[in-house]
Amino acid sequence: MATAVMTTLDPNSRSAARGMSDLTIRNLFIIPTIVFLIVFNIFPLIYSLGYSFTDFRASSPAAANFVGLQNYRELLNDPFIWSNFAITAKYVIVSVVGQVIVGFGVALLLNRDIPLKGLLTTLLLLPMMLSMAVVGLFWKLLYDPSFGIINYTLGLGSFEWLSNPDMALYAVAITDIWMWSPFVMLLSLAGLSAVPKHLYEAAAIDRAGSFYTFFRITLPLVAPILMIAVIFRTMEAFKTFDLAYILTSQPTTEVISIRLYKMAFQEWQTGRSCALAYIVLIMILAITNIYVKYLNKVKER
Amino acid sequence: MAAVTTSTERSLNKLAIVLVLIITMIFLAPIYWIASTAFKPRNLATTIPPTVIFQPEISPFVKLFTKRSQLRTAPTPEQYAAAPWWERLVFDGGEKVVRSGRGEVQWSGYPSRFMNSLIVAITSTVLAVGMGTFTAYGFSRFKVKGEADLLFFILSTRMLPPVVVAIPMFLMYRAVGLNDTHWGLIILYTAFNLSFSVWLMKGFMDEIPKEYEEAALVDGYTRMEAFFKIVLPEAATGIAATAVFCFITAWNEYAFALIMTNRRAQTAPPFIPSQVGSGLPDWTVIAAGTFLFLLPVAIFTFLLRNHLLRGMSFGAIRK
Repeated sequence: MATAVMTTLDPNSRSAARGMSDLTIRNLFIIPTIVFLIVFNIFPLIYSLGYSFTDFRASSPAAANFVGLQNYRELLNDPFIWSNFAITAKYVIVSVVGQVIVGFGVALLLNRDIPLKGLLTTLLLLPMMLSMAVVGLFWKLLYDPSFGIINYTLGLGSFEWLSNPDMALYAVAITDIWMWSPFVMLLSLAGLSAVPKHLYEAAAIDRAGSFYTFFRITLPLVAPILMIAVIFRTMEAFKTFDLAYILTSQPTTEVISIRLYKMAFQEWQTGRSCALAYIVLIMILAITNIYVKYLNKVKER
Repeated sequence: MAAVTTSTERSLNKLAIVLVLIITMIFLAPIYWIASTAFKPRNLATTIPPTVIFQPEISPFVKLFTKRSQLRTAPTPEQYAAAPWWERLVFDGGEKVVRSGRGEVQWSGYPSRFMNSLIVAITSTVLAVGMGTFTAYGFSRFKVKGEADLLFFILSTRMLPPVVVAIPMFLMYRAVGLNDTHWGLIILYTAFNLSFSVWLMKGFMDEIPKEYEEAALVDGYTRMEAFFKIVLPEAATGIAATAVFCFITAWNEYAFALIMTNRRAQTAPPFIPSQVGSGLPDWTVIAAGTFLFLLPVAIFTFLLRNHLLRGMSFGAIRK
């Protein structure tokens, strides 16, 4: 791929006569990165595509046998895998909707003259910069039924969060909402501050209600940027591993990444896990495609 | 009429300020709780009602760095007097510091994990930002056939779920002996951050006027000289911001580290949760470890505050 790209020389190059030609420099600057990414990202994926058609187990010395599409067929017919996908979907919806409501809501509040706005915004952004695994671990103490501060503050007595099969997924989602609402807030603020002031003034002259102003002016103009936030968070929530893995071990929180991890590194069904990885990969690439389209759209504005 | 609008607006504004303050406090509460638990004596970490006002102690940090065992009998006054001040803090908590036969203090696993995190995060950041800067310049200044496709390819490598990439990498690393080594993690984090660094740096490069280099080329600079003497100094802010982002990503990473390392090269994120075994964990020690681990990121977040939006949107939104 890399060589096919490097065929045209910029004829207007002024320095082509001196030192290295622009063509050489361009190739020198770009090709190592492409090669590095191919070797360490694409090659492993080709490697695992091969294994996905075998019954290979990394824990046993037995050679891999070619089994054709059996892994894929079995996975797609496995109701447990589908329930993992259903759990993931539920998690994505709860956490992304939560993040949009909280993040966009706080952005609307912040989008006015507020003293110390810069400092408050920076403080609010802190959670998303921290390590999910390490901070997530500490939420175990916050959720603790007997001495956690969440139950104490909300007066919930000894309510079970993480050891309650019905509640655990919501508890993980709440922690995720805490961490990532700031991201939605950050992007929403950028969108809100880009809405031209004169539109609001015109609406005020027309005696438009605040309801009308919000749905006809604010929301449509912020929508593209909000969409970026939603797609990006959907993709990340779909991939989620750290938080759910650290906070609980309930079967009701076994999102697809955790299933994949267990299949590959605890049950050592290497071949089968490679097939599942491919199913997940195709879904992620589809979302990435939509994401990049939106990124470029916003960039062009 | 106008006066009414402004007075309602003013009270709305007041309401918004109050709400924002409350929300900020809720958002910061977990972080405050980590920081305060890191300075509590053990018996105050898990009380009902929660202990908010207390005499701060440094004993959780002493315990974090040393190996300890339960005291069966109280230390004799001589032992107590002979111990350095920090060891007395451990005695006070009903434990003693483990020493080797020659009396050397035994370290816990934390310092080496913290060092591993530093080594891996710094090296991978230097590599990813270095390569990314060159590549971004290449994409920004020269015609590249299929540029959009190549950039999509570069970004898509970052979007892959860690566990998906980890399965084949684990097998390949096992074959070449890179499992549980610093270089194994450094390569993975470099690959992961490289795509981000190319995208972000390309935005910064696009902002540097081409005329600067063209003037230098006219003055007899070669393209390479123009790049190093004109473009790089102009891009310094962008390089710094990109580096901080890459550092934070590598520093926080959990899944790869969990799968690819177990002892020698293990970083802090998989180590800290592994301290919570069965039974009652000492939350003050976990809080102390978490506090030290989060501190660099908190400082960097403040330094980076004006670039957060740009970094988080892969350079698409500049403002």
